[in-house]
Amino acid sequence: MTVTVKTFARLTDAAGALSTERGARFLAGGTLVMRVVNEADPTITTLVRSTDPSFLNVAVSAGRIELGAGVTMAAILAERELAFLHPVARGVGGPAVREAATVGGNLFAPSPYGDFAAALLALDATLILAGGHGQRELPLEEFLGRRDRGVSLVASVAFRRPANEAFRFAKVSRVHPKGLSILSIAAHLPLASSRVSGARIAYGAMSRTAVRAKAAERALEGRSLDAAGIAPALAVAADGTAPVDDAIASAWWRREILPVHLRRLLLATGQG
Amino acid sequence: MKTPIQFHLNGEDVAAFADGGANLLDVLREALGDLSVKGGCWQGTCGTCTVLIDGAPRLSCVTLAESCAGQSIETVAGLRRGPDLHPLQTAFMERFAAQCGYCTPGMLMAAKALLDRNPNPTRENVVDAICGNICRCTGYEPIIAAILDAASGAGRRRA
Repeated sequence: MTVTVKTFARLTDAAGALSTERGARFLAGGTLVMRVVNEADPTITTLVRSTDPSFLNVAVSAGRIELGAGVTMAAILAERELAFLHPVARGVGGPAVREAATVGGNLFAPSPYGDFAAALLALDATLILAGGHGQRELPLEEFLGRRDRGVSLVASVAFRRPANEAFRFAKVSRVHPKGLSILSIAAHLPLASSRVSGARIAYGAMSRTAVRAKAAERALEGRSLDAAGIAPALAVAADGTAPVDDAIASAWWRREILPVHLRRLLLATGQG
Repeated sequence: MKTPIQFHLNGEDVAAFADGGANLLDVLREALGDLSVKGGCWQGTCGTCTVLIDGAPRLSCVTLAESCAGQSIETVAGLRRGPDLHPLQTAFMERFAAQCGYCTPGMLMAAKALLDRNPNPTRENVVDAICGNICRCTGYEPIIAAILDAASGAGRRRA
């Protein structure tokens, strides 16, 4: 079975095509969609692409970062200003995957993929969506809750630049250096007078999509990042998660090891 | 409906007609007859279909062929020059880095991508460069050794 490929110079036109054609799927790097096309999935009749330069744009300023949804993991690794995201990007596949896998695609990746989405969730990212009638913004957390019900085309992702060493990331896998996640943890841990203030923690592979650890965030508030300070957060680390059994790990195992790796991440120094 | 595509393959201009949604791997093998590229999983998982697109390693099985128009593609078929094997090919042979050989085309191209960018890689660099390529025979050590060997003698020729 063949599909029709439509390429648009503007994202808004691509979004229009997506919204009007039932069997249309957007193609960015191809690491997810081409797998399905190769299997001749009959629900895909059209591939929509865009050559809009904004799709590949990386905008870094003192306070804000905006990544076009077509920015690849390799492009992130090439950008020194995004060094805090390098451990996340480096964890997405091998070099050939990183050359193709995009920021936007990762938002749609099924568990246990989607570690970059967990990082963006911890960074409280906002999505800029392209629609036939212009752009609108949507918090990533809201998007993840309803991504399977169809949304407009993701044009870019924006978030506040974290303070030095405030962002931490860990990916736990059985195969190194590249392996699917047993789980991943991203944490944004701003400090005020050596106490956590406004923590955001997100997990990958601990639910159907990346998910926030809200109980652990609350338990960390006002605490110091030492063994005694983080103990209450570790006790509720798995609250609100819904991991699944898969070929990588059982749900039970994921819950068991989550506090161990959260502890290591919270006590780590020199990351970011 | 078939779509005409033109790109550079191992330094030569080529053209092909591709089915809508065709991946680059199938176009290289079936339309252009470059059988040096192997298909393993068609899922972007095993790495044996690795080619270089504008110098960067890519998985041809999950690359839309149409998206390669005007780009430069390198496959294993373009590594040797006449009777001379590429240093990587020689090193793979000398280190017995190919057993069943199925992963070898992808391993060679992943390694070439590394050495083109970093002629003096560390062992860690090599491991990272081939971490997306699965080998079920060698245990990887002969492959890593071969790539390091090729790098140490890389002054002889860089394709």
